[in-house]
Parts: sequence; structure tokens; C-alpha cells
Amino acid sequence: MYNQENCKFAATHEWAYIENGVATVGISDHAQHEISDIVFVELPKIGTKVEQGKSCCVIESVKSASDIYAPVSGEIVEVNQAAADNPSIVNQAPHGDGWLFKIKMSNPDEVKNLLSFEDYKAKI
Amino acid sequence: MINTYPHNVLSIEKSVKGRRGVKVCTPSKQAQDILPSKYLRKTEINLPELSEFDTVRHFTNLSRLNFCLDTHFYPLGSCTMKYNPKSYDVLCALDNFSSLHPALPEANAQGTLQIIYELDNMLAKITGLSAFTLQPSAGAHGEFCGALIARAYHASRKDKARTQIIVPDTAHGTNPATAAMAGCEVVNIKSAANGKVDLNELQKALSEKTALVMLTIPNTVGLFEEDILQIADMVHQSGALLYMDGANLNALIGLVKPADMGVDIMHINLHKTLATPHGGGGPGAGAVGVRQGLEEFLPSPRVICKDGKYAFAKKSKLSIGKMKSFYGNIAILIRAYCYLKQLDGESLKDIAKNAIINANYVRVKLKEYFPAFFDTECMHECVLTIDKTKMPTVKTLDIAKNLLDKGFHAPTIYFPLIVPEALMIEPTETENKQMLDNFIEALKEIYNKALHTPDVLHDAPLNCPVKRIDEVSAAREPNLRWTK
Repeated sequence: MYNQENCKFAATHEWAYIENGVATVGISDHAQHEISDIVFVELPKIGTKVEQGKSCCVIESVKSASDIYAPVSGEIVEVNQAAADNPSIVNQAPHGDGWLFKIKMSNPDEVKNLLSFEDYKAKI
Repeated sequence: MINTYPHNVLSIEKSVKGRRGVKVCTPSKQAQDILPSKYLRKTEINLPELSEFDTVRHFTNLSRLNFCLDTHFYPLGSCTMKYNPKSYDVLCALDNFSSLHPALPEANAQGTLQIIYELDNMLAKITGLSAFTLQPSAGAHGEFCGALIARAYHASRKDKARTQIIVPDTAHGTNPATAAMAGCEVVNIKSAANGKVDLNELQKALSEKTALVMLTIPNTVGLFEEDILQIADMVHQSGALLYMDGANLNALIGLVKPADMGVDIMHINLHKTLATPHGGGGPGAGAVGVRQGLEEFLPSPRVICKDGKYAFAKKSKLSIGKMKSFYGNIAILIRAYCYLKQLDGESLKDIAKNAIINANYVRVKLKEYFPAFFDTECMHECVLTIDKTKMPTVKTLDIAKNLLDKGFHAPTIYFPLIVPEALMIEPTETENKQMLDNFIEALKEIYNKALHTPDVLHDAPLNCPVKRIDEVSAAREPNLRWTK
């Protein structure tokens, strides 16, 4: 759905699929693999203002609890309740049904701070 | 002998209607005769109905399944599972301590107050700090107390902008949680490639908003912060305070005084370093010490000594208040007191030296098998990892479960987070060379299986009463209540 090649990546392993000023956010396939079986997803509340690089939700796996950082600044306009109800979809389809939330971007210039898929792949 | 008792059958599943341990006389009135109907239970109470003998056997058999410090080597990293002398259990259970009502007047509690007063002074001597509170119940409670002291200190100077707490990624996981609980913003900083504090990152994070910098020393990868004096200078220059998480004090006790490193506030996990029983959630004791000038902020009441009599001091205006009812976990404090009475000066140094030697012995002996993530001398614990190129299908979890089968408690795994597939081993000073060699041998055997027959590792443990647990389902669909 949100093919990796069409996404921008944060060094902290979140991806953002940007369309019409809205960024759909999830975690990378590498990240879901590293943290292993996800058992709990705490989504941000709709309406929350988030800042690029600042923690905005938490994912717990059998190994650890990991902060998820907003890849861009803006306002949370939609969350994927299905991921909270059934966290395993984040493992199964991190770039598809396992997306986490959508941010209405307040500063589109920030996208230049993110990595392309190629650059992200080279980094991990 | 293998314990064949059916341990997985709950007492309530053994229940037989009408079976009793004790015959209770028939009450002259029923509950419904005395209580308003809204307080009456609507559903069955579902208590097990067993004879006294059945009950004794049930719990005795369960207790024999324990995998604990008194039965097995327990190298649980970061937890300092050292031997807890049994004589202290007897001493703290003496009638004069255990029968003392916590609300007695000071004059009738002189012995207990004296112990609190003297333990406070002993901890001050060991750390070089000025004064301690013994109220906090455990390490994280101590951290919270420390964070409140830092806030109270800045508030007393009308420095209200200081709302951030800096925590490196090699700190204990409770540190950022504490900072958040204390109402502060957590600022994480990445450690340098050598696993220590990155001074540039620290400098960037420090500002007029910084209230406190929380360092775990040695840090969670078992390394000493060699730049600590420079770090302390940087922190103080920025106007912030330096907090030391002293959970790993076992590596430093007797060798280094935290006050000499520039620490302003710290906690000591008495239940770790000072050998009191812990695990299973407590009780513990997280004594908090402060440098000169911060005593007024300590929790109240503090115990003072005047003309040979012990008493509670009047609450200072700046005190953060009470952290715990009455005297704190007094039975733990008495044990810690006994430990320090027995060991001082040179023998305290031996604790740290032997803890460091034991951890390095394990690290070096296992170098070819499970390499240390940071290949350098460690302090009281070593953090190993697995070479994925040699054993792609094996996880640290498999190693841990196989250790159980070999009669060793698993080390801490997957922590600290900066080490992939971490295996965090803290032998402590109270294990001997034979035990360490047996443990090393067990890990070498597991290593060989991981190379040649990795599939057999995935089924472990096979010798334990409970086999491989489905942790994912347990966490995703927790079933916490027994139902008929």
C-alpha cells in the first residue's frame, strides 16, 4: 500500500508516505523485525500536535518498549485503530495494514531531513 | 529426584465441595441478617475447598519448584543477586525490632532509630555525600525522590525554567520513567561508539532548561564513565544537578566515592549492593544521599541524635515531604546495617574488586563464543552478544532458555537496548571460580549446539516444570482470571 520505494524514512526507523500535505506514518520492516513480536501499540490521540523527532507514541514487543518519533511536525488527523486492536498486523504488514497514524504537516520543508529508501537501506 | 507433583493443577481445581481444613462453628446469624443487601455478594465466592493436609502439600510442592538464589546461580545482569547472609534474617526478626509498633513514641523506639541514624552516617561515609534518607522503598522510588529534590532545589532558587532531565541511552530504563513521573521532560542522548557518554551530545542537550542529568555509573553496558569529572563540570556549569543511579554500586563500593566524582544526589539499592533479599517485587530499599547544601530538601522526618537520644527532627521548610510511611522498609535497613557492620574499609574494596574480576573472567573466557559487545575491560557485569553470522537462526532467548535446562538462572536478556541480542551477565563477588567455570562450560555447550544443531535450542527448556512459554500470546491475550 505504502511501498517502501515511495516512502521517506527517519533515522529512528519510521517511514512517512506523503500525499497532499498529509504524512501516513508507520515503522520500517527492519524495525518490526528487530523489535520482534509486537504486543501493544499505544496510538497518539487525534488532534495532538507533534514535532519532528519528538516521541509521539509507544510500541511494545516481547523484547522492549520503543518510542515512535514523529517523522514530521503537524497535527494527528487519523489513527489506525486496527493496529491497536491487533498489533500483529504491524509485524505482518508494516507498510500496509500496519500503518500507525496520519499527520497533517505544518512544515513541508522538514521532509528534506528524511532519508530516501535507498539511503535508509544503506544506513541499516 | 524429579518432582512429579502435578504443579500445573491449581488449588481451586483440586477443590472438593464441603472439604474443610478447619471446622468453623455455625454462625448464629447469617450475613444477610446483618448486612444491607447492597453489600452482599451476588455470585459464588469460588474459594478452594481443601483439607489442611492437601493445602500443606500443595504449597510445599510449589515451593520446591522454585528456581532461586538459594538453589541456583543467578547471574541476572543489573540485579546484583549476591548471597544474602541468613544470620541477618534472624537478627532483623528479633522481637525488639519485629514487634515494634511503628507509632510508638521516640523514647520507646531508640534501638531502631539508632540503626537508622547510624546507617545514614555509614552510607554518607562510603559515598562521601553529606546525608541520606532511608525512606524510599526501592531504586526507582529513590530516583523519584532524587528528581523531586532536584526540582525543589531549583524552585528554591526561583529557577522555574529547569524542567528537563537528561538521560543517556545507557541508563537504567527506570531513569526516563522517573523523569516523566516527576513532571519533567525527558531528553535522551545517544552514547558514543565506545558505549560511554558522548560529551558533544551532552553539551548539545545541556541548557538553562536542564534540571538534572541522570547517569547510571557504571552504565548498563558495565562500563565506567572515565570522563565523569568533565561531565560533572559540564553539568554544574550549566546550572543543573548531577544524579547518580547507584544500582551498580557493587562495582565501586570502597573504591570510589561518588561525591569525589561530582555527584550531587544518588540512590543506593541496599537490596542489591548491601546484600538484602530481593526479587519478586520487593521489599527493597533505595536510600537517597545528597551532597552538602542539599540536606534541607531530603524527605522528612529525619532522625537526629541529641545528647545520646535519638529523635525525629522537625520538618525543614524546604523538605520534599514524606516518601514512605513510618521508618521505610525497616527489616531491609537492619540487614544492610548488619552487612556494613561486618564489612568496612578493606573488605568493602574486596566486594567491588571481586565483582569486577568475576565479570571479566566470564567475559574473557567466553570471548570466542559469545563476544562482549564493547570489547574492553568491564566493571561488575559484562554484556555479551551472539554472532549472527555463525548462528543465524538462534536468538538470545534460546540461549537463556537452554541455560535453565542446565541449572542456571538466565542472565538479563535484550537489555540494554543499544546492544542487539544482549546477554547481560552479573556474577557478583559471592560466586566462586568452580561455579563460574561450570557456567562458562554450559554456555560453550550451548554454543556448540547453536553451530551444529540449532533447531534443538528452540524447544528449551525441557527439564523445567514449565516448558517454552508462548510469550506473544500471553502478552497479546492475557488471561489473568480463573474461570470455571
